[in-house]
This record gives sequence, C-alpha cells and structure tokens, in this order.
Amino acid sequence: MSLLDVIGPVMVGPSSSHTAGACRLALLARHALGAEPRRARFTLHGSFAKTARGHGTDLALVAGTLGAFPDDPLIPRALEEAAARGLDVDFATADLGDVHPNSVRAVLEGDDERVAVTGSSLGGGLVRVFEVDGFRIDFSGSHPTLLLRHLDTPGVIARVARVIADDDVNIATLVSARRKRGGDAMMSIEIDRPLTKPARDYLQHLRYVTWLRELPEVMQGPDAAPGDVDGTPAAAGAAS
Amino acid sequence: MTLADLAAAPGPASELVLAEEAATPVERARLLEGLRGRLREMRASIDRGLVSDAKSRTGMVGWNAKTLWNAEDALRAPLLQRVQAYAMAVNEENARMGRIVAAPTAGSAGTLPGALLGVADHLGLDEDRLLGPLALAGGIGQVISQSMFIAGSTGGCQAEIGSSAAMAAAAVTEAMGGDAAASVHAAAMALMNTIGLVCDPVGGYVEVPCVSRNAFYSVHAVASAQLALAGVTSPIPPDEVVLAMASVGRLLPPELRETGEGGIADTPTGRRIALEMAR
Ligand code: SF4
Repeated sequence: MSLLDVIGPVMVGPSSSHTAGACRLALLARHALGAEPRRARFTLHGSFAKTARGHGTDLALVAGTLGAFPDDPLIPRALEEAAARGLDVDFATADLGDVHPNSVRAVLEGDDERVAVTGSSLGGGLVRVFEVDGFRIDFSGSHPTLLLRHLDTPGVIARVARVIADDDVNIATLVSARRKRGGDAMMSIEIDRPLTKPARDYLQHLRYVTWLRELPEVMQGPDAAPGDVDGTPAAAGAAS
Repeated sequence: MTLADLAAAPGPASELVLAEEAATPVERARLLEGLRGRLREMRASIDRGLVSDAKSRTGMVGWNAKTLWNAEDALRAPLLQRVQAYAMAVNEENARMGRIVAAPTAGSAGTLPGALLGVADHLGLDEDRLLGPLALAGGIGQVISQSMFIAGSTGGCQAEIGSSAAMAAAAVTEAMGGDAAASVHAAAMALMNTIGLVCDPVGGYVEVPCVSRNAFYSVHAVASAQLALAGVTSPIPPDEVVLAMASVGRLLPPELRETGEGGIADTPTGRRIALEMAR
C-alpha cells in the first residue's frame, strides 16, 4: 500500500471501501467491456448486500460504470446521469461464496459486448478483481492490466511475455486460468506502463488470442496528480 | 518496515518513511507535493464542513461541527473545541457525499486532520512543518495494513478509527518535535486503547456513531501525543500491539463488522431508523 493510498484517496464520501472501492471496481468493469455500457447488473454480496444504499455503493457502482473516478462530483447524482445517458441499471443480492465480505459481480453489456467482472473492495479504497467471465484471474487496478482470452496451446504465455518484454515493459504479475486443458483460457497481466499501440495490435492479432483488453491503472486517477488541488467544489448537498 | 524500525530511526521517524517510499530526490519532491495536496484537500473539507449545516443522506448528522464551532467554549479548552469541530467537519462532509481525503478510510477521515490541523492551527504551525508528520501518519498506516485489512468490515472500527488515531498520534507527536521513539509509542498507546472498538453504524450509514467517534478519537490521538511527549511509553512493543489488534479483529463476530446488525445499530431506535431509511 503506497503512502498516498493510505493518506487518500481524495474521494466523494461516505465510505472508502463501499464508495471509492465500488467505484473503482465498476470502472475496471467498464474498461473490461471496452465499449459504452447499455445495461449494468450488479450482484452484491455480504456487507455490500447489507449496507449498499447507506454507503452509496449503488451510486458509486453506477458512477464507475459511467467512467467516473472516486473523486468525481458526479457520484451523488449517478442514477440521474445513467438515465440521461441511456444506461439501464439493476441491483440484486446473492451469496457469491467464500469471498471477501465486500464483493460484487458486475455484468455489463454494450451494443455487442458483454463482460462479467467479480471483485472485492479490500478497505481504504483498494480493490481486487478475481474473476472475469468465469475465469479465476487476479489484478488490483494499481497497474495497467492486460486481459487476454486465448486458446490453451503450448507456448502462449512465453509468446505473450516476449511481446511485452520486446516493448520494454515490465510484468508485475501474471495469472493464467483455463477451463480445461486445451480449451479456452484467460490471462491477467499487470504491467508497469501501458503497452505501445503496435505491441497491443500485435498481441491482438496473435492466432490464438481471441479477445484482448488493456485496462488503465485506476488507483491514482485524476485526483492524485502531485500537488493537485483544483478547487473543485464538493458535490453539492445531500444525495437524497 | 516495522514499528521497531521506525522507532529506532536516528532523526524524525518520517525520514525513514519517506526514504522507503521515494528512492530519488525527484520522487521525494513529488511525494511531498502529493502530501501537500492531501493536506490542502483536508483543509478544504474542514473549511466547508465548519460552515455547513446541510443534513446527511439520512438526516442523522450534518450540523454538529458548525454547532460546536459556533458554541461558547464552555470548558475554556479551545484546543479541544477546535480538534473536535475539525474532525466532525470532515466526517459530516463525508456523510453528505462531499469530497474528503480517506485517512486511512472515509469513515475515519476526520481523526487525522482534526488532530493534526487542529493542533497546528491552535499553535500556529505552518504547512511545511506538517508534511513530515503526514508522511509518518501514512507510514504507521502502512505498517498496520501489513497485519490486517484496514476496513470496518474485516477488523471492526478499531481497524479504521483505531488506525487513524494511531496515525494521528504519531503525526502530532512528530509535529511537536517528538523523536522517532516518542512518535511510534504515541501511535502504540493510541492503538492499545482503541482495541476492541466495534463497527456498528446505524442502518449501515457512516454517520452514527462515526461522526462523533472521529471527534472523540482525534482527542484520543492528541492525548496520546501529550503522554508520549512527556516521555510515557508503551510497555508492550508497538508491533505487538498491532498484532493484538489484528487478532481481536479476527475474533469479532460479523454483527460487529459494518453489517449494521450489532451494537448501536442494533438498538430499538437504530433499527427503526434503518427500517425507515430502507423505505
Ligand atoms: S463505526 Fe464502522 S463505518 Fe463507522 S467509522 Fe467505525 S469502522 Fe467506519
């Protein structure tokens, strides 16, 4: 946990885990979708399910789906904004199993795409995504992250790692998951800086890569640029 | 980094925190500017909170900071009044979905600015003198987060406000010229006397007891600094105090970890408010 994660984030209240963390999880889901979301269904687990409204978790999830960072004054009026932008939202609660008490599954749909992202808000605004489209991967949003869906053939991981290395980019973590041997698989790769476009295009066009997304780092966001105080007024008034 | 490492630092404990986080002078300058930005955001949330009486989402809080700030100082204790008003100002901003700095969480966001900026304004300390202490506060939080998740839902309120009070106690001690050992022991004493604090927000809203709790624990942090500056130390090594808190966190039943089902939340009135709000 970096120093400015402990003394931070700068955020719209009321809860770092239920508001800021929820916003970041939804923001990651939006980038995993890679298109403008038209429908969003959130399934809340544990403490998220019990206290979602009280902590503005619902508002934060919708705001993140709309592309907002945790300090965005849009958060308190996210539901109105979603309606204005033609985003359908829907909330449910369920037991997602033996996972962190603050967990949520976000299923986002665009015009042609659909993605299911499940993650937890760990406290202080830190998050962890542990499942995408049924694959058990793992990333934290604190690095740019590649999500790759591919066929499980020998040498894929080495090949992908090679492309990243040739782009002069360090890999921080790499998690790979497959449904069955030789079947469909997914990798999450946290990298130290975003890939260049040629490298990304190259990965995208590898024969066995069927789907690729590059998610931005979401921990810093617009709020944490050093010395940043832009005098943005607080989101006005109460939410309800 | 452990608390023992921090306590043994030759100069101010914050120097070790800064050195761990920033390897080069450029990184250090960026980090200090980042901290300055955080300090100014804290200040801005205090300024807004002290003059606002707009109610929170539930209507349970929203006017307490302003009320205290404008009240007659009955006890002739201006530091006490200032620290408590600042702390509540931040948490009432938080409760009305205003912009705050989580430190370490949003629910506990008032404790550190209440104590640190409250003491600074009381004594006329300038901003530059607060950057090191703020870094140390972050360093204390980093060490705690190695032993437990800093969240009411996993460790109870001791993990949130207990951590913020420990961070604030260390920061105030260093700002007042306390050495590394005194600063770390201030944190340990603050933590030791917060262990067991449960998370019991009425209706699940970060309002009651959270807003007044930040006022109380910012004073707790200042009290701990006062002991440490006088040379009082924790007989239990600070790192062991952190482990004790983590183990108590694991012992807490789910009802006392942010589910809004125990403690103050589970009073007849707390339950009634929760029901009314759910409608
Ligand atoms: S009672 Fe719970 S919600 Fe309120 S400040 Fe403490 S940990 Fe946070």
